[in-house]
Amino acid sequence: MAWFKKEKYTTLKRAKQKTKVPPGLVVRCPACMERVLKKTWDDALHVCLHCGHHDRLGAWERIEQLLDAGSFEEHDGSLGSGDPLEFRDTKPYSARLEAACEATGLNEGVVCGIGAVEGRRISISVMDVNFIGGSMGSVVGEKIARSIERGIELGLPVLIVCGSGGARMQEGILSLMQMAKTSACAARLAEAGLPLVTLLTDPTTGGVTASFAMLGDVIIAEPNALIGFAGPKVIEGTIKQILPAGFQRSEFMSEHGFVDIVSRRADLRPTLTNIFSILMHAREAAPRSAAPKPSTGKLALDATPSRV
Amino acid sequence: MAVSSLDFEKPLAELEEQISELESAEPESPEDETRLAERLDRSRVKLEGLRNELYGNLTAWQRVQIARHPARPHALDYIGAMFTDWSELHGDRQFGDDQAVVTGLARFAGEPVAVIGQQKGCDTKDNIHRNFAMMHPEGYRKAMRVMRLAEKFDMPLVILIDTPGAYPGIGAEERGQGEAIARNIMEMSTLRTPIVCTVIGEGASGGALGIGVGDRLLMMQYAWYCVISPEGCATIAWKDVAKAPAAAEALRLTAADLDELGIVDEIIAEPLGGAHRDTKAATSALKVALTRHLGELKNLPTDEMLELRFRKYRDVGQVAKP
Repeated sequence: MAWFKKEKYTTLKRAKQKTKVPPGLVVRCPACMERVLKKTWDDALHVCLHCGHHDRLGAWERIEQLLDAGSFEEHDGSLGSGDPLEFRDTKPYSARLEAACEATGLNEGVVCGIGAVEGRRISISVMDVNFIGGSMGSVVGEKIARSIERGIELGLPVLIVCGSGGARMQEGILSLMQMAKTSACAARLAEAGLPLVTLLTDPTTGGVTASFAMLGDVIIAEPNALIGFAGPKVIEGTIKQILPAGFQRSEFMSEHGFVDIVSRRADLRPTLTNIFSILMHAREAAPRSAAPKPSTGKLALDATPSRV
Repeated sequence: MAVSSLDFEKPLAELEEQISELESAEPESPEDETRLAERLDRSRVKLEGLRNELYGNLTAWQRVQIARHPARPHALDYIGAMFTDWSELHGDRQFGDDQAVVTGLARFAGEPVAVIGQQKGCDTKDNIHRNFAMMHPEGYRKAMRVMRLAEKFDMPLVILIDTPGAYPGIGAEERGQGEAIARNIMEMSTLRTPIVCTVIGEGASGGALGIGVGDRLLMMQYAWYCVISPEGCATIAWKDVAKAPAAAEALRLTAADLDELGIVDEIIAEPLGGAHRDTKAATSALKVALTRHLGELKNLPTDEMLELRFRKYRDVGQVAKP
């Protein structure tokens, strides 16, 4: 029996680590488990130099990486969720909210405000997937709606950084209606002739995909992010098959025509700068009386001034 | 399909069976006939009482089951009964013709309308043909095509919602299920023609909302509408699909719940026990409500209507400051 026992000990199973990066001097990439110095990891924007894995970012980490230092001014930061359905499953929704606030230091799953990318001011919303899966309830919907409206009011382009499992089940129909609320606001932004750019990060699924995430004039995705409507588990349960590798990933979505640009994290700032600059060109160059020309969907060629 | 076929309807089904036996019994003598009549009377009174008791205290889960009742009238049943000059239109002009949704032109009280309805099957074969009313992206795009038609030719839209959800499959994802639904939701918010949506059975999540943005939202009394199905919620929250009844209760998904939450504009009363028990009555109740809402919307200037539609969605939700 002794040799039999020994066999058992030689079977090594690598423990699956949580995606959360532990504190300390050394970080392990949750995808390839390779060791990286914390400083290198931070300098690389939480992207693994070994395997290229783009680790998930909290909302404030994203803001710090994406926006010009010191440019961000938060709006609606104090808004928090109620419990309109008095929902409870294995524990009450109110307790889940409290735990999420505690764990993330946020009041809700999205941080919104005005900030600048390479000097250009934008109205920005950044979802945080660590807050109840980044799910969209009344407050997330409201904050994103306000962020779009702020863009209209100030004449700024709007960027939404998506990272969400979808609509928040604990607020029932009210969550579903946030899809309509945010999309109706996106329609108004389009009427005002201002660009909506969405940045899809891992994961962007469900009701968020089926509303503003897919409504960007330009849709950018980080590499290998899960992007889709139905979750892979739900699809596997329906078709009783294992899904092929790469299904519903950024590159797959791009191949099928639903993502414009798959951009490495390090390239996001120049990519966004270029897109905003080009899309805002006609509006900013046109004489004030000629602007704005809403919802024609055509370039205002006659208003284009001579090139400098 | 028996009318009282749901689990919780068993006592009813037994009594109904008894009554129909009594009704077909041949009395052998005048005394026998009297006895039979007495028994029938008693049973009918008992049935009435039982029905009132059962349907007067339905749980959310029981309502969900009624909404899914196989004998329940589906979109084409309502369309056939409420409209004239029905002319079905097919295809999204891009990929295919999704059978889970029917679209077409018709007249309602003589006036032209465009109609969109999610269509369940009446039996297994039909259900497979209809994909159980689970739409693919081409279905949402087919619906949008007809919405544009309605806008172009100044016809109001009557939309009948009845789906267990948008189809979760490989092809649906490849063709952009999320994009198709998102596009519809956005464009419906500014479509320049009146839109009246009615949930006639199941309204599951984005699959329903993808044809569900409008000026009015009506719900049949036993219909449900929510961000997720009770089964989906049970699987996520309890990791156990058998908890669906508890999930149905927690989700607040019945017509009465949605009325309390301020989402629904009108609940259409159904015959006791469900629309399938008296389809004619259910249809005519819906027709009366549609007539009123379409009439009101017709009298609104388009810009005002669109502003009201925007506010309807802009103001929804509960926000608190901690």
